[in-house]
Amino acid sequence: MRFVLPLILFALSGSASADVVSINGAGATFPYPLYSKWFSEYRKVDPGVEINYQSIGSGGGVRQLLEKTIDFGASDAPMKDEQLAKAATPIYHFPTVLGAVTLAFNLPGFTGELKLTPELVADLFLGKIYYWNDAKIAAVNPGVALPDVPVMIIHRSDGSGTTAVFTDYLSKVSPEWKTKVGSGTAVKWPIGIGGKGNEGVTGFLKNSPGAIGFVELLYAETNHLQVASLKNAAGNFVRPSVAAVTEAAAGALKDIPKDFRVSITNSSGKSAYPIASFTYLLLYKKSAPAKSAKLKAFLGWALGDGQKLAESLFYAPLPAELAARARAQIKEIE
Amino acid sequence: MSTASPITSPSPSRRPSTRPINPGDRLFRRVLMGLSGVVVAVLALIAIYLAKLSWPAIHEFGLGFFWTTDWDPVKEHFGAGAFIFGTLVSSFFALALAVPLSIAVGLFLTELAPPRAAAVVGFMVEMLAAIPSVVYGLWGIFFLAPLLRLYVQPFLGRHFGWLFLFQGPPYGIGMLAAGLILAIMVTPTITAICREVFRAVPNTQREAALGLGATKWEMIRLAVVKSSWSGVFGAGILGLGRALGETMAVTMLIGNRNEISTSLFSPGQTMASVIANEYAEAGSNIHVAALAYVGLALFVVSFAVNHLARRIVKRLEMGGTR
Repeated sequence: MRFVLPLILFALSGSASADVVSINGAGATFPYPLYSKWFSEYRKVDPGVEINYQSIGSGGGVRQLLEKTIDFGASDAPMKDEQLAKAATPIYHFPTVLGAVTLAFNLPGFTGELKLTPELVADLFLGKIYYWNDAKIAAVNPGVALPDVPVMIIHRSDGSGTTAVFTDYLSKVSPEWKTKVGSGTAVKWPIGIGGKGNEGVTGFLKNSPGAIGFVELLYAETNHLQVASLKNAAGNFVRPSVAAVTEAAAGALKDIPKDFRVSITNSSGKSAYPIASFTYLLLYKKSAPAKSAKLKAFLGWALGDGQKLAESLFYAPLPAELAARARAQIKEIE
Repeated sequence: MSTASPITSPSPSRRPSTRPINPGDRLFRRVLMGLSGVVVAVLALIAIYLAKLSWPAIHEFGLGFFWTTDWDPVKEHFGAGAFIFGTLVSSFFALALAVPLSIAVGLFLTELAPPRAAAVVGFMVEMLAAIPSVVYGLWGIFFLAPLLRLYVQPFLGRHFGWLFLFQGPPYGIGMLAAGLILAIMVTPTITAICREVFRAVPNTQREAALGLGATKWEMIRLAVVKSSWSGVFGAGILGLGRALGETMAVTMLIGNRNEISTSLFSPGQTMASVIANEYAEAGSNIHVAALAYVGLALFVVSFAVNHLARRIVKRLEMGGTR
């Protein structure tokens, strides 16, 4: 009980200072590490604003934004037309950074480079390849010794933006995947075992020889997972990296529409990594004036100086030209 | 989501007396009645809210939802059969392991162990209940699952592979791992109640058995265990209540596959875990409604299991006094 009183006093003193504007947002979990860094760094730039963010998932972010229980939302996938139609005033999409989904695997003793083509990835996740030394994998990896180990597919069990990006990619490169499974935050996986969250998939991968699954680049890097190089639309095999992800956006630049709602998987850039996506902040055109001014200032910072913080956390910064386009859109918020 | 223990239910023979009640007592009675009403109201509100939220799915899929197994968020076909199966199998498998273990520990603590040892062991068992379920889940992923995959499942497969329960490739993750972790998690609950039930057996009964020349084993069997069955059963129900609704640890270990399989080696999915998995990112209204419908189904299943168990306890109690 001794600790409770000071806590209450502290909470009261915090809410009593009227000059700090408190802004609430919620949504995607994927950019959460970067966003929380942004929000804490931004307090140094402008001590008069406090931004709270709850990483409840993209779907939850969109739902809460439509119900107007938060000031801004965040989502890995752009909102659909029918969702936008439900909003009282127009909603703007601001791409903030890019993320990539890597194909990580666990083959003990394997040290070479594993190359995968889009067809191979689709076949693996459709359950058509049973052993690692399958002739189809060997044909793409000449001279590489692949073990006689059964393939174990790991996917996400929870609905997630990561799943949406990965299945969007598979739907683009494999007509069979598109008709049989389709794309979305949760799908009916034809095969495999489901892990909860990137950390669940990572845990299964690390403990299961012969396993292959998909995780965010951040998790693959920080957990030192083996990752596959992927053949992109231009025909080059590309290892996932921050630079290759930014390249995916740069390669798709001319196809990015005015409202930024676009999928950049299977991008045409020469050295682009093919499973990449934007993550967005979602703002209403109209909101309370005090909050909206602060939010606009924050966005300007995040799409400018804030971009420099991205790379250290394995997020890919926006290509300069695109960041400028996103900054220009800030003016349209009232 | 479990209801009260059957062993604490009051005997129906006690009647309110007819003499005038003093005002203080009356107030006291009303306050308690009001508070009990709150508990009932909360239960009712949850049921009503779930029903309301799941209405679109109830309308769309009807009762067939309970036995169809197709769960496809992209094509928006939903059926919870595989989850109901997974919940029941993992929970009853856990009980099958936990109840004998708990009876054994309970008997050891009350009948055999020296008092000091009993205190230490009892404390340790209770500590198991204090571990957060996410810790159980992590321990399961990093310790239990590899152990099962490398040693236990190959052994079972080699020697008992003819049995449908132990077939298929050893993933480590799956129904077996989930059931084992659940068994560990419900053991403290069941053990604690078993211990109290055994302790409630009057000492005269033990002495009578010993006086008739029974060995210790016969005394425990005849004087203690035989008169405790309904209490032990009630303990199992409380454990089952926890197992049915347990979410985090199971989600981390069961493999989350929407499929009905007869083998304990295969991955499965439970009602609680599918809600935990998909609710945050459920995009369409019908998906949210279907998940709420699963919640309602879990509600109904827990209710049905508890109700059935209470009837069995009642029958056991009547049998005991015959």
